[in-house]
Amino acid sequence: MAVMSIFANPHRFMAVSKWFAWGFTALGSVVILIGVYFGLFVVPPDAVQGDSARIMFVHVPAMWLCLFAYAFMVGASLISIVWRHALADVAAKSAAPIGAGVTALGLITGSIWGYPTWGTWWEWGDARLVSVLVLFFIYLGYMAIWQAMETPQKAARAAAILCLAGAVNLPIIHFSVEWFATLHQVSMKASDEFKYPMYVVALGYLALFGGLTLLNMRAEIMNTRAEMLAQRRQAAAG
Amino acid sequence: MSGSFSVFTRELKLAWSGGGGAALPVGFFAAASSITPFAVGNGVENLKIAGPGVMWIALALASLLPMERLFQADLEDGTLDAYAGSGIGMEGIALAKTLAHWIATGIPLAIIAPVLWIMLQGPPEASLFVIVFSLIGSAAFFFFGSIGAALAAGMRRGGLLIALVTLPLYVPTMIFGAAGLYAAASGGEWAAPLMLTGAAALFGVATSSFAAAMALRTAID
Repeated sequence: MAVMSIFANPHRFMAVSKWFAWGFTALGSVVILIGVYFGLFVVPPDAVQGDSARIMFVHVPAMWLCLFAYAFMVGASLISIVWRHALADVAAKSAAPIGAGVTALGLITGSIWGYPTWGTWWEWGDARLVSVLVLFFIYLGYMAIWQAMETPQKAARAAAILCLAGAVNLPIIHFSVEWFATLHQVSMKASDEFKYPMYVVALGYLALFGGLTLLNMRAEIMNTRAEMLAQRRQAAAG
Repeated sequence: MSGSFSVFTRELKLAWSGGGGAALPVGFFAAASSITPFAVGNGVENLKIAGPGVMWIALALASLLPMERLFQADLEDGTLDAYAGSGIGMEGIALAKTLAHWIATGIPLAIIAPVLWIMLQGPPEASLFVIVFSLIGSAAFFFFGSIGAALAAGMRRGGLLIALVTLPLYVPTMIFGAAGLYAAASGGEWAAPLMLTGAAALFGVATSSFAAAMALRTAID
């Protein structure tokens, strides 16, 4: 609780987060570049799939991050519902578009990889791809809720409820999609030298996610302040 | 408990006396299923492949229709505020209202389902399965839908939002129910899909009223 109350103060958050936001963004970008360089130029082509397997360096970390981002939003929503922590709402809201973007990236790269490998752009038999598609729609619904509500307080509450409802249902959705799937793409048996760049890119994604989420949060807080300022000026003038 | 029960009976009376409002989704279900042959072709083979699936989608969409007004009307005219002050838990209200609407609309949907089933070239001897699957499936659709209904209750045009929010939650019921219908059509193994559809419905009944109640409490704040 003590740690959380430190961040409950938006002023302190703004002072600290400025450096972290840009630091994480820069760190993430550099680490991603390093990982992608090793993935594209250093690692030898895959024995079976050849060079097309290299898209995995973008795809697999994206699939990991889209789950991580949602888990982050679930944690923030839980904190928001239990402790009415104002910054938790901002955090969940700020992470959503990034999570949705990463999910879209994972889906698109998965489909680009699928064409030379499976011979089809989209394989309904792959349970993981289909579950992530459902996750993408949950992200869209979450962002739509934020847009649709009149007051930010109500929007925050409704969005948090939806986020938790989605979290409860996601395992069931995944299980049912797996049941539905006929063709299982088993996890790629990657060699170690293939795995390391993937981990590096994943770490870079994670740092970039942290940085971009913090930047989004800062923009959100500044936006709220600007609106309050405008209202105060209007009240003073009128 | 008795409070929830009076809400339940009130909702049932309102649903059945409201000028046929409860019957509209039934009409939609029939119309949506009937236009299927115009799109997929009227050949018996085409309909055997597409029919059960399209019928299940039509059932899901028909179950979404009453959701926009499920809580909205009571929120607008202040009934929900009165309920909130009545000492009945909001969970009980959400459960009673959803159950009443499922009885008023979901059961008629299930009763008409075998007629559409036979029109779409399903084997008539499977009609009983179709009724059972539609009953259980519509219950799942209604209760999962009530979460979206409660979230969108305070919005003026929440209907599309309900669909966007709810359809991902429909995925398990969609898969299991349709698998059951196809099994019933071909005389295959239907017990496992039936139990899984039932599990989805029970999960929806057990959990949805908590999420819906939380959303409703926010809406009346």
